[in-house]
Amino acid sequence: MSAILEIKDLCASVEGNEILKGISLTINPGEVHAIMGPNGSGKSTLAQVLAGREEYEITSGEVLYKTEDLTDMDPEERAREGIFLAFQYPVEIPGVSNTYFLKAALNAIRKHRGEKEIDAVDFLRLVREKMKLVHMDESLLRRPVNEGFSGGEKKRNEIFHMAVLEPTLGLLDETDSGLDIDALKVVAEGVNVLRQDDRSFVVITHYQRLLNYIVPDFVHVLVDGRIVRSGGKELALELEEKGYSWLEAEVGALATA
Amino acid sequence: MSTAMLEEYANREYEFGFVTDIEMEMVPPGLNEDTIRLISAKKKEPEWMLEWRLKAYRHWLTMEEPAWPNVEYPPIDYQKMVYFAAPKSDADRPKSLDEVDPELLKTYEKLGIPLKEQEMLAGVAVDAVFDSVSVATTFKSKLADMGIIFCSFSEAVLEHPDLVKKYLGSVVPYSDNFFATLNSAVFSDGSFVYIPKGVRCPMELSTYFRINAMNTGQFERTLIVADEGSYVSYLEGCTAPMRDENQLHAAVVELVALGDATIKYSTVQNWYPGDLETGKGGIYNFVTKRGKCDGPRSKISWTQVETGSAITWKYPSCILKGADSVGEFYSVALTKGRQQADTGTKMIHIGKNTTSTIISKGISAGRGQNTYRGQVKILRGADGARNFSQCDSMLIGDQCGAHTFPYIDVNNPTARMEHEATTSKIGEDQLFYCNQRGISTEDAVSMIVNGFCKEVFRELPMEFAVEAQKLLEINLEGSVG
Ligand SMILES: Nc1ncnc2c1ncn2[C@@H]1O[C@H](COP(=O)(O)OP(=O)(O)OP(=O)(O)O)[C@@H](O)[C@H]1O
Ligand SMILES: [Mg+2]
Repeated sequence: MSAILEIKDLCASVEGNEILKGISLTINPGEVHAIMGPNGSGKSTLAQVLAGREEYEITSGEVLYKTEDLTDMDPEERAREGIFLAFQYPVEIPGVSNTYFLKAALNAIRKHRGEKEIDAVDFLRLVREKMKLVHMDESLLRRPVNEGFSGGEKKRNEIFHMAVLEPTLGLLDETDSGLDIDALKVVAEGVNVLRQDDRSFVVITHYQRLLNYIVPDFVHVLVDGRIVRSGGKELALELEEKGYSWLEAEVGALATA
Repeated sequence: MSTAMLEEYANREYEFGFVTDIEMEMVPPGLNEDTIRLISAKKKEPEWMLEWRLKAYRHWLTMEEPAWPNVEYPPIDYQKMVYFAAPKSDADRPKSLDEVDPELLKTYEKLGIPLKEQEMLAGVAVDAVFDSVSVATTFKSKLADMGIIFCSFSEAVLEHPDLVKKYLGSVVPYSDNFFATLNSAVFSDGSFVYIPKGVRCPMELSTYFRINAMNTGQFERTLIVADEGSYVSYLEGCTAPMRDENQLHAAVVELVALGDATIKYSTVQNWYPGDLETGKGGIYNFVTKRGKCDGPRSKISWTQVETGSAITWKYPSCILKGADSVGEFYSVALTKGRQQADTGTKMIHIGKNTTSTIISKGISAGRGQNTYRGQVKILRGADGARNFSQCDSMLIGDQCGAHTFPYIDVNNPTARMEHEATTSKIGEDQLFYCNQRGISTEDAVSMIVNGFCKEVFRELPMEFAVEAQKLLEINLEGSVG
């Protein structure tokens, strides 16, 4: 079976600053990859580049999604093809109810697949079912998207969106930050339920703790726009213990060598 | 999604730019007493009507064009304009749609508001104003059975002179302001509505205006009188064809609500906004709209969705004279390209316990300039008067502007006033978030804009709300991304 995502020597910059400096990563169906790394190392940038944010310019390298060149696709096309990004900072959309928004999103994806619009009853049933999954309060459905949501509610809402839209590749950018321990378990549970053979995840996090609940197949450490170390889930434990400085030192040595 | 693309989004060419080929009968350009006499004669008006026009004209000569609105335009040459144009077939006006010029029907079809369909849409009577003379009136007999009068203004002058004499100029006097006075002198046609005591008009009354003759100033005059305890909802909608010369449109709308009567007046306006780059060719929309709540517990509600015109200058207002009377103003104004809008309302509280509500939503895109100008005036005798105002602005891109000028003048200590204002921007972050969920930029913008306008759309009659939403979509579509 071919990879879901293949990143080859990817370099990307924003406003002339090179942020990603040659990233290679292969993600096969069903795998969960965790990405860790210090603040400002480029984790969110990678996620945004994969989602198609225009400000980030790919200067070299290649990204294949289901063997197709991803760089030619608009953000909405990528989303419709099954790439989902749970934002580190979910955006508020005043005046647009969460349900209305989600229905528009789901229908855009369905239309892309040649399916007809979901009818109101089926949609409601689907939404109810997925809300239970993330223990989300029903009132958040009627409220405008993310407007006035607490930090934790926003993160939960991202997972809720993901559960409804059922992507092929889920990119979670620090979905665990700002969550209390119960919420963390709920979010992890939401992801675990969605885990299946033909769906993959990239989980960006600062905390090994999350990885107790979402057990990754691989852990990568991103420092200064490069993956400096990859390993199994034990790598996360090692990082928890030692921090990033020993890796940063290695990178420094590498750069000056 | 870059700012450049946002701006591009705002720049979509006008969809309804076309000119229908119908023979016109015109009065030669220029304005003097003879022009006015000629207009009056063509319309076979009685002497009192001509006298009123001439009185207005003489007063107009002493007035100066206002310079205070926050809009810019080249000087208007009033001697170059044509003051009257009517389809040639004026002599034998059609009695039903079947008799209407097929060219005209085609025009409406292009606009997506085919009269045929309108007619079938139960509950909507159509008085279509094509240029200056009404050429199609429907449902008239059904309304007549209830004592409701719904006809062209010219017809009212001839057939209901007492009503017209009593109320014409009673809310907007002939001397009111430069453009209203000009209108009083040269008004061509418009609608007249009278709802008798205690009658609830069973359908939305609707008029579609359309400016269609080259170089013709359009001077509509509408008068709606709701007698005690009656109710009427009136819809005004319009769009105009592509043309090259700026056109002045100076309409006057007068509403009179007697005790316990309610008038709901809704407008969807989509006139040609002019060339996106230069603003050339757009309509100047300088309108005077005012309603008087004359009796106790009367209510006047203005709802407007303004998407067109090069320049809009318009303040639908309420004079709250009757005790416990209610004035409302709900507005969405969209400006893009080079459009300028200076709009708002005036609420004048005279009676005791009068209340007014103002909800204004301004959307600016491209290089559009949107100004809200509102005045709430509480007179000395207006004990317990209340006002709530909310003025929200939304900016799309960073070359547009929003301005808010709320004037408040309170002369009674028991009055309660509340004012809220916000400015927001459709951000690239929001659009990317929507895109990332599979929603296209166009759909995202229209979703966000519709959400922003929700409180106003809610006030529109059902079919109109759908149309208004579509209109905003069409106007914003294609230009971003
Ligand atoms: N739009 C931008 N303009 C300028 N610099 C940017 C922009 N976006 C990101 N950067 C810079 O790129 C670097 C990487 O940022 P990124 O958000 O990817 O880091 P991160 O690894 O996600 O950090 P954190 O753990 O704090 O979330 C930072 O130095 C940041 O300031
Ligand atoms: Mg980050």
